[in-house]
This record gives sequence, C-alpha cells and structure tokens, in this order.
Amino acid sequence: MGFEYAPAPESRSIVDIKPSYGLFVNGEFVDGHGKSFKTISPATEEVLAEVAEADESDVDAAVKAARRAYEKVWGPMPGRERAKYLYRIARIIQERSRELAVLESLDNGKPIKESRDVDVPTVAAHFFYYAGWADKLEYAGRGADPRPLGVAGQVIPWNFPLLMLAWKIAPALACGNTVVLKPAETTPLTALLFAEICQQADLPPGVVNIVTGAGATGQALVGHAGVDKVAFTGSTEVGKAIARAVAGTDKKVTLELGGKAANVVFDDAPLDQAVEGIVNGIFFNQGHVCCAGSRLLVQESVADELLAKLKRRMSTLRVGDPLDKNTDIGAINSAEQLAKIRDLSEIGESEGAGRWSPACDLPTTGFWFPPTLFTGVSQAHRIAREEIFGPVLSVLTFRTPSEAVEKANNTPYGLSAGVWTEKGSRILSMANQLRAGVVWANTFNKFDPTSPFGGFKESGYGREGGRHGLEAYLK
Amino acid sequence: MSRIDVRKTYKLYIGGAFPRSESGHSYEVADSKGKFVANAALASRKDARDAVVAARKAFAGWSGRTAYNRAQILYRVAEVMEDRRPQFVQATQQSEGLSAGKADKVVDEAIDRLVWYAGWADKVTQVVGNANPVGGPFFNLSTPEPTGVVAVLAPQASSLLGLVSVVAPAIVTGNTVVVVSSYERPLPAVTFSEVLATSDVPGGVVNILTGSAATIAPWLAAHMDVNAIDLTGVAGETALATELEVAAADNLKRVRRAPATEPDWTLDPGLEPITAFLEIKTVWHPIGV
Amino acid sequence: MSGTSTIPDPGLEDATRSEASLRRFLHGLPGVDQVGAEARAAGLGTRSIKTSAKEFALDLAIRMVDLTTLEGQDTPGKVRALASKAMRPDPADPSCPSVAAVCVYPDMVATVKDTLGAAGGASGVHVAAVATAFPSGRAALDVKLADTRDAVEAGADEIDMVIDRGAFLSGRYQQVFDEIVATKRACARPSGDDAHLKVILETGELQTYDNVRRASWLAMMAGADFIKTSTGKVQPAATLPVTMIMLEAVRDFREQTGQMVGVKPAGGIRTAKDAIKYLVTVNEVAGQDWLDPDWFRFGASTLLNDLLMQRTKMRTGRYSGPDYFTLD
Repeated sequence: MGFEYAPAPESRSIVDIKPSYGLFVNGEFVDGHGKSFKTISPATEEVLAEVAEADESDVDAAVKAARRAYEKVWGPMPGRERAKYLYRIARIIQERSRELAVLESLDNGKPIKESRDVDVPTVAAHFFYYAGWADKLEYAGRGADPRPLGVAGQVIPWNFPLLMLAWKIAPALACGNTVVLKPAETTPLTALLFAEICQQADLPPGVVNIVTGAGATGQALVGHAGVDKVAFTGSTEVGKAIARAVAGTDKKVTLELGGKAANVVFDDAPLDQAVEGIVNGIFFNQGHVCCAGSRLLVQESVADELLAKLKRRMSTLRVGDPLDKNTDIGAINSAEQLAKIRDLSEIGESEGAGRWSPACDLPTTGFWFPPTLFTGVSQAHRIAREEIFGPVLSVLTFRTPSEAVEKANNTPYGLSAGVWTEKGSRILSMANQLRAGVVWANTFNKFDPTSPFGGFKESGYGREGGRHGLEAYLK
Repeated sequence: MSRIDVRKTYKLYIGGAFPRSESGHSYEVADSKGKFVANAALASRKDARDAVVAARKAFAGWSGRTAYNRAQILYRVAEVMEDRRPQFVQATQQSEGLSAGKADKVVDEAIDRLVWYAGWADKVTQVVGNANPVGGPFFNLSTPEPTGVVAVLAPQASSLLGLVSVVAPAIVTGNTVVVVSSYERPLPAVTFSEVLATSDVPGGVVNILTGSAATIAPWLAAHMDVNAIDLTGVAGETALATELEVAAADNLKRVRRAPATEPDWTLDPGLEPITAFLEIKTVWHPIGV
Repeated sequence: MSGTSTIPDPGLEDATRSEASLRRFLHGLPGVDQVGAEARAAGLGTRSIKTSAKEFALDLAIRMVDLTTLEGQDTPGKVRALASKAMRPDPADPSCPSVAAVCVYPDMVATVKDTLGAAGGASGVHVAAVATAFPSGRAALDVKLADTRDAVEAGADEIDMVIDRGAFLSGRYQQVFDEIVATKRACARPSGDDAHLKVILETGELQTYDNVRRASWLAMMAGADFIKTSTGKVQPAATLPVTMIMLEAVRDFREQTGQMVGVKPAGGIRTAKDAIKYLVTVNEVAGQDWLDPDWFRFGASTLLNDLLMQRTKMRTGRYSGPDYFTLD
C-alpha cells in the first residue's frame, strides 16, 4: 500500500476578499473612471473580485497625489522618520503574513508553501532591509548628499505580485521618493491589501498609490510627464517599448526583463543537489520566473545518470490545489499564459525534441500544465531560445567547459545562470565567463534583500536589492 | 624655393590598423579659422560595422586581462601622449582655436585624466562591488563587469580632453569601444589613435571613426552586437539623441544620455562615466563542509 | 585482500579489489553539498500529513520501531517488560501493531527470546543485538567477532555492528570493509537462517555528508543488509539530512546492483511528527519499496509512546496523556 498524502488545505477563511476594489490614490480607495475587470483564481476560474481599471485621468490623479506627497511630506521628512514607517510596514506584513500568503496563492495560483515560505517572508525582509537605509543614504557610496528622484512610476508582473511590489516600493520610499504602482492585471489583490497595510501604518497619503489595470494603464503611467523614474519588471518586449517611450526624456529607468538561463552541470557535480537545483530552477513558481533555469546544460558523460535522477525526482512533484500545503506546482497564472506554454511545447515536439512528463492527474477546471522536460534539444530549437515562462525544461549537453560557456552565453538574455561542480577553481572561472547578472553556483533561485538582482544584455538594466538597488532611486 | 610639405592622409583606426574608409570618401578638415588643414576619412556604416566586429573580437581578451595590466596600459598611453605632446598641442590649437598656453593646459588635463582613469582599473571593483550578508549559509559577492562593446559619440567641441574623458572610463574596466570623433575637429582623435597603436593597447579595444555622428550613429545605435552607447557627442541635438535612444532600445543598450550642452571637461568627472558601462554580477555559493 | 563481497556488479567487484581501488571508488562518488542537502531535507520536513495519511504513517512507524534499551543498568526485568511492550504496544487496543524488533546488548538476547517465545512467538517481533564492541568498536577483531557469535548463538535475528570510525577517518577503508565482511560471516548459521547485519556508521563522528555517503557504499559493498546512522551514544545521532543521504545511497545502490539494502536512523527521533518526516523522506527519496519494516526501521525508545498517543488521538478524537501508556 502506498503512502498517499491526504489533502492538507490551508484555510482561506483568513482572507476577506471584497466583491469589488477601487484604486488607492492619496491614501484612500476611490472609484476609477475606466471599466472594471474581474480577477480570478487560476486554479478554479472562480471570480475573486471586480477591480477598477485606472484610465489616464486616474493615473494623472495618482501621479499628482504622489507629487504633492513628495514635495510636502515625504521628500522633506528626515530619513530616520521614513525608516520608521518602513519598519512599521515590515512588521505589519509579518503579522499578516498568513493572510497575504493565502491571498497571493488564491489570486496567482502559486503553491501556498511558496507564498508562505518564500514570497511573503522575503517581502517583509525587503522592507526591513531598505527601512534601515533610509537614514544612512550618505553612507551608500553615492556622495555626501544623495537626493531622491521624485515620483516613481512602477509596473510589476504577475509572477511574484507582492515580492515585486516590495522590490519596487521599499527602496523607492527609503530613498525619499513617492510611488505610483501598477500591479499586473491578473494579480491585483495583494497590492490592494498592501494599500490597506499602508493605511494601517498611517503612511502619509499619496506616498504610495496603487492603480490597477492592464497595459493601457501601465502606458499612461510610464508616459506621464510627472513621473521622474520608471521601474518595470516584465517581458523584454514591453521593456523595449518602455525604453522607446522614455527616450529623450530625463526619466531614469530600470528594467528587469526576461531570461533563458543556463543551468550548467559538470560531471563532478554534487548530483543529488544538482537535481534539486534543476527542479527548483525550473519548477519553482510553475516556472513563472524570469531567472528560471530553463536550459539544462549537462556534461555528456553524466547526462544519462542525471536525467534518470531528474525524472525520478520529477515524478514526486505534486501538482494541484495551490492552497494544499503539499502542492509543489500550482496553477498556471492565466489562460493566455497556458496557451503560450502549450504552443511552445508543441513547437518543441514538432522540432523533434523528446517530450517527457511524469504521470500526473491535472484538475479539470483552472489552468494547468505538467512539469515537462525536453531532451535532444539543440541551440537552434525555439524552446532553447525563447522564454517559455512555464514548467518546461530544455535539456542540452556539452563536452567541455568552453562549450558550456559558449552555449550558456548564446542568447540575447543575460539574467542568471547556474553552475554545478565540486571544483572550486572551475566555479570561479565559469562565474567569470557567464554573461549574467546572477550566477548561482551549486545552488539556484536564491534571493535576498541584500543581494542585487538584474540582468545583462536584453534581460534589462539596473539592479534591485542590496546597496546597488539604491542607485535606481537616487541622484 | 620653399620646400613642399609632405601632407598626411588621415585614416580610420579599426582593429589596430589604419584603413581608409571602405566607401572611399573623405572630407575636408579646416582649422578654427576655416583654413584647410587636411582630408580626413569619412567613415561609412560599413566602417562602423567593421569597427564593431573588431571591438567584439577584442572584448574577451581585453576584459580578461588583469585590472593591473589594463592600468599599466592606460598609463602607458599617458606616457606616449606626454612624449608626443607638441603634436597634441598643435592639433588642439588648430582644432579648437586655442592659444598655445591654453592648448598646453588642455593637453595637460587630457594626459592627467588618462593617468587618473588608469589608476581606477584596479580600484573600481572595490568601490563599486561588495559582499552581501545574505540571510543564509551563502557566500555572496557582487562585482562589476564591463558591459561589452560600447559605441561612443565623442564630444564635438572638446576634441582631445573630451575624447579622452569618454574613451578612458569605458575601456579602463574592460569594455571595447567604437568611437565617432568630433566631426569638425577630428585630428586630435587621429593623433590619439596613433598613440594607441604604439602603446600596448590591443587592436580593436579602441576603434576610431572620423565622420558624422548623424550618419554613423544610427547604425551603431541600432547594431544588435553593440551593448551600450554614449550619446555625449550629440549634446543639445535633442531630436537626434531621441532617435538614437529609440534605436538603442532594440537590444536594450545601456544609454548614457546626451547632455543639453557639452559639459565643462575640466571638472572632476566622478565615477559615473565608469559605472555607466558596468554590469553588476552577483555570485552565490553555499557555505558548507 | 581478504574480504570479498557478494555483489553481482562487476564494477563494484573491481572497486573492492584493493585499498587503492576502494579509495578511488569511494572518492569518485558524487559529492554532497551540505547546504543543498539540508535544504532538501527541510523541504521534505514541511510535508503536511493529515487524516488517513497520518493514520497510515503512525501504524507503519510503530511497525518499524526497533524498541531499544542499551544501558549499563539494563536488567532481565527491564528487558522482559520492553519485550512485552514490543509485542503489545498499546494493551488497550488490540488493533495496534507490534513493533519490528527489540534491540539489546548480546547478553540480553536470551531474555528477549524467552519473553517473546513465552507469548507464543507469533508476534513477529525480532531480536536485535548490538555487537562488535558497541558503541565505540574499539576492540580487537577477534573480540568483535566473538561478541557477534555470542549474540547469534543466543538467537539474535539481527546484529547491529559498529564500523571502526577511527579506521574510516584515517582512510583505512580496506580495514573497515574487511571487518564488515568478517562480521557478516559471523552472522551465518549452519541452518542458513543467518542473522541480518545492520552496519552502524556513527554518522555523528563521520561529520560530513561526503563521509556518510562513502561509508554507506562501503558498508553496502561489504554486504550490509541495513545501514544504520548511529549508536545513540554520540551526538548528533540520527538527523533527517543524514538519513536522506543514506536513503539516496541505498536507492543508487539498487539502481546499480539490483540489491536492496535497508536503512535505520537511530537516536534522537522522539516524536511522531519527526517519525512522519522520516517516512515522507523514505517515500520521496528511496521510494515506496522501502516503506516496510523489512527495509526501514527506527532505532528508538521514547518515540513509541508518542506514536501511540498520536494514534489514540486519531482514533478517539481527543488528546491523550502519558499516564495512559506504559513507561517501558
């Protein structure tokens, strides 16, 4: 008889989702002038709430509120006072962590164990970290009197809704800027709960403004003349459009975009941990991770052994209800994203790569895709070049270190890379040669508020996190 | 009868060699009073393309050198300039219409600036990078790396000090550059290229195109194998600068925007000219037994 | 070389041919990254086992317990009480399964046999004896073997031997290998009903996971039926990551040779919650085939009562207390 884990659902009673939400402007929830849109649970397709869509006039009101707050309150406020607001926010996030985690999993589809153990704790840590910078900016190595930029317009994606919010808002506020943030269309709810947290912390009105909506709202924000700084995390395609939109202006820009990271496994690697790193690299958060290790580059001499281990490990992954504490892989965030993953996977097959997934029952409603790997992939295959942003791994092989470097770097992206080998000098040599902003050696997908994150090449520019993350919000 | 002087033909500097423009075109260069001085090669888009190929080819070697070695080489450039200072004084005087005394000062500044930047080679990592105390058993180190191939539109007015002030900070960290010199004042740049060719700078690290930024820069801005562009040379030309920034977005080049007017090059440049073309790379490794 | 294994894999036969080849083989095993291994074990520890899965796990865990007493102060009376408890852990509930074995010093084997036999011997509870100068292993080989033969002759079904950690840590792998092979021979009975050999690595003294992996392979190649973490006399004793490394080893060993070897964490597992984490780890690392008392054991004493209390909670719906379970 097998050891079948009974369902272990996290209770959703801790969250109180309202039937509809307005925009958060100048410290208050207000009606938008655009249409409203529905946000659903991708695991069940259940409608969670109606959310206001901000039109240009709403964005304008939010930017003006942010400007007023910047000039009258937040800009002039001593750093140590700003710090205390941020510490307060960090504490409230910790106190309400379960609520935030459940809401995040509901709206996004990610497993509760990730929202609970990774996303929300990292969000609180991020606010704690940057809170401490607010009154120490003169020690950041950017001159004796670094100044804020003004109003930051921030547009974030749906894969880590709350974490990306933290990455944007915490450093901006610490440096004395005010913000207007647009969460992704499919995942607005935790940003709106964060707005409540700002109220709870008595953050002065206008310091944080949240405008919900889709692409047009984002465009209105990025293009608004009253915005001094644009920060965007999302697709490379939209990132390029933003870079064009701000051309010729004085707006400072940071872009965190796509990736097609190579995870390079040498034959002397700690294989069992490498398998964990590969699994974590591509199946964490359903593969909806810009720095996902979507290309496994394995040395030929160990490829069969590693693949056997990897397949066995993949067979233990549990796909299903995001709120079940034993779920490893949750729901794909949207029907649109699911269609994209399916399309690229079919292209992978039609281009001749070998497709494999473990046996796994997928729920009948909602958006689901099994953990999948493709073997026999070459650099020419589209699945080796394009960001799939789903739980799909392309397996390629190499023979020598130089071939590994060449293949790893053979992409327009340069966000992250992984190296697995027990040989120290080889790690350092690989780390030097890999053209990527983050190199994980004998680990993968690790994040920390103190550690800068961001890409080379078409993965964007600027860094978020750490001392380097301050640069984006200071002049 | 007076001696007929031997007139020099001014050529491009690409991959360590001095080719003529592949287009065969040249243009007349006049001194500040409008008097003909020489013909300079008029670089074409194909010259720009060749220069990018040369810069890309040189990148791995140059960025792979030790910082100490790059420092030595930049200092060597300063030494050779010092050696040839009368020529630079003359070129600057001619180009910028300066008095002998002022031109002398400009050359002093240019050489001193090179020396200043040479010293940064093995310090910038310490100033810009850092160790990060992550909340877990991991070694975590952030270090700056060169962005790659940088297109540099050199200043139009300050033909020597301005040129040095945009080239040195880019190459000191390991970038390789394709420079479009001042259009009307290209001769200090040509002389500078001759210095580079004789001072241990590997071929392709600095490539200098004489000609029109308006003509060449759009090709460089749109070139998918150029990683960054410095628009200083189109200061004040808002429409062109915007057009170039838009083109640069095609592969998300790092853009150092054009100032409204050309800056005062005698001021302390700070670190920004260096950091504009650096990427921060963060390496993680577990700490265990 | 004196010892030969019974491994069908010719590659492993080569590996055990000499001290040098043994070293090359063991040091050629993939390394273990400590941080990654511990993170994986911690992840397995977050599985949430509820309702029917928990009932299944608690009964299985009880059936896997090697109920152990290894004290200088052990007496026949104490050991008899323990053996009785092993057969009927919860006297109030006849549906409660018996444990896997009673684990004692060699001189107590006969006492355990008598107690089990007096009950008709139908419980299926085995007698395990520690041997080979347990716990330190610091004795001459002939003494260790005599110790083993004593226990076998007294009727032990299972022998828990210790490896010579000093020899292992100083790189004398051949010596460790040969001692295991010799002990295995001492487990033989003319009837063919050989005692099973559990090889204790004493992972707390081996210190690194690389060593644990090497020692696991060394023991398996020398013919161990089980590999066991600890004597219980050294801290740390069993940990989840160490057990996971050993489960990976038995999994990989079967992959290579077709032979299954059991795993026994011992010492420090005191709560049902912990035991369930181990079962999850067995399930997801080695696989379901190991979810059986023939292939996985817990060396424990106080663990049993917590398992029983949790089991009663599952069945009655209310929390139980220590007064309702025997102290033995």
